[in-house]
Amino acid sequence: MDVRKRNRVRVTGRESGPVVMLAHGFGCDQNLWRLVAPALAEHFRVVLFDHVGAGRSDPSAWSPERYSTLDGYAQDVIGICRELGLGPVTFVGHSVSSMIGVLAAVEEPALFEKLILLTPSPSYIDDGDYRGGFSEQDIDELLESLDSNYLGWSATMAPVIMGNPDRPELGEELTNSFCRTDPEMARVFARTTFLSDNRADLAEVTVPTLVAESAHDTIAPREVGAFVHAQIRGSELVTLDSRGHCPQLSAPEETAEAIIAFVQGS
Amino acid sequence: MRRGSEGTDGSWPSQDRDQAPRVLSALLEDSVEDLYENAPCGYLSTLMDGRIAKINGTLLRWLGRRREDLVGHRHFSDLLTIGGRLYHETHFAPLLRMQGEINGVALELKAADGTRLPVLATSTVKRGEDGEPLLIRTTLLDARDRRAYERELLRARQEAEHDRERLQRLATTLQRTLIPPAIEPVPGMEAAAHYHFASSDEVGGDFYDLFPLAGGSWGFFMGDVRGKGADAAVVTSLARYTLRAAAVSDPEPGSVLANLNTALNQQAQEDEPPFCTVIFGLLAPEEHGLGFHVVLAGGGHPPAMLLRADGSADYLPTPGGQLVGVVPDAQFTTATLDLRPGDTLLLYTDGLTEARTGDAGERYGDEALLDFARSLAPTSAPGAVGAVTALLDSFGEGLDDDTALLAMSVPPGER
Repeated sequence: MDVRKRNRVRVTGRESGPVVMLAHGFGCDQNLWRLVAPALAEHFRVVLFDHVGAGRSDPSAWSPERYSTLDGYAQDVIGICRELGLGPVTFVGHSVSSMIGVLAAVEEPALFEKLILLTPSPSYIDDGDYRGGFSEQDIDELLESLDSNYLGWSATMAPVIMGNPDRPELGEELTNSFCRTDPEMARVFARTTFLSDNRADLAEVTVPTLVAESAHDTIAPREVGAFVHAQIRGSELVTLDSRGHCPQLSAPEETAEAIIAFVQGS
Repeated sequence: MRRGSEGTDGSWPSQDRDQAPRVLSALLEDSVEDLYENAPCGYLSTLMDGRIAKINGTLLRWLGRRREDLVGHRHFSDLLTIGGRLYHETHFAPLLRMQGEINGVALELKAADGTRLPVLATSTVKRGEDGEPLLIRTTLLDARDRRAYERELLRARQEAEHDRERLQRLATTLQRTLIPPAIEPVPGMEAAAHYHFASSDEVGGDFYDLFPLAGGSWGFFMGDVRGKGADAAVVTSLARYTLRAAAVSDPEPGSVLANLNTALNQQAQEDEPPFCTVIFGLLAPEEHGLGFHVVLAGGGHPPAMLLRADGSADYLPTPGGQLVGVVPDAQFTTATLDLRPGDTLLLYTDGLTEARTGDAGERYGDEALLDFARSLAPTSAPGAVGAVTALLDSFGEGLDDDTALLAMSVPPGER
């Protein structure tokens, strides 16, 4: 299995720099990093990839069994680290990928220098005293939303992607590929993302960790960020002045700065 | 014929044309504000962080909310159901950020009284002169009818998928009846088989078998019915059972094929007679247990291949053998050989030699197969089937037809 092809791995940035691996969350692909990747590339070797089932990963690598647990994705991350052989990496995981990074770093701590968890949530479902922010019914509603966009997905998304007057160089290639996902695969990833409970894994993390939360995030509210911070011994917490679940898009400079500072800090 | 007040050229008379703008303007709203407020769709402007800056009357009526409760206080995602909010956060907002616009995405609004309104949302980012994004303009179209229609489509699609699964199960079950579940062991011989299914929802037309006959001899066959699907399956089934029955009464391979030919001719429909290609063989153990005496009869089938103990390999032509089922008095020729310790006899269908191997669509071909067999010999039945199966796998998409393999070998050193 060629993991570079499987996960459409791309390596850019300063060759001698520390290695920073950027992992996208549910809903898009490695394009989600495009506003922060150039700033990071000035300092670091930057590794971008698509999770199997997202973006332009190899569709033949998809298996609903393997990818119905976060561990399947974590194994892929471990595989990419081993295959590239770039030495220990700082893994930046957005949203669900933060938990994928946690699982990978717990299993193979030697492969990871540091972890940066961007808008993490170890569990989205409310459970006793724990406030994840959602009920199971809410998650079913999301799946319905996915299905509602199912029919129009391939037809509607492609033309939408074209309108990018200020970045004409994106051009033709992205027209049919940008953040597009097979609806069946998206469905499995959605269930895996929103129904996983990784609260117990947090305490197992031994690598230096930064929790970077968004100041206003309905998906991963601040009390969840505080929970993650409290569970991972010695972790740092930074609150990005951004709204929404994707600070790398809504506050790219601040997000890049936080990543750079943590990677360069000792 | 008089056509109202129109002129002969179909245009309005000049005094009416002068009147028209005034008449129209009386009908239309003069006020841009009214156009906005009472448009037949919801209008919404938000700051880049989603905070509502402006909202039209239509949308307020749909939501059952007051302007002062929303403007400056609420965010667009607050108007959505929780599922819609998750979708907005994970898909809509990121794409809008990256593309500057997003078109026709299905979301659900939640009104003050708890009712839900399916909408199609389209957003564009308005930028300042310096290119900095300033605000997001969103239109929301009432999508109740469309959503009901889409649900029907989705249901129909799910039903179609369900039917397809059923069809696949049926095809798989039917296919299993056309090839033996396992090759029966022949004393003093190794045998192996493989069937490559080109399609999971159609029954292929390849068939084979290896079965005991009276007096310690064995019959075997490999065949290919032209076509696919139910019609081919009927012929395959007929061919398979006719071959087995015919071999019981007269196992001489030429006679077996002649009997099948008669049966298929009787079956002939008006337009297209069913036909197939077959190799039928009879195995008789040699008297002192050294190997097997083999008689083959061919009816238009690709020739069998003999891979010998000494490392050589050759086709075993059965020249002149006609397709089975086409003409009433078809002639079939026979060939004989002795299968000795270390020898392997390989039968296959033309899916193997007709697989496409290059970008230009060239076929794998008889020559390449012969070279492959020569590099493989000496081998055994499992060895030959394993190697050719790996070869089939290497063709990938180039292998577009069903392909069956059957091999028999005498273990080396068998005394």
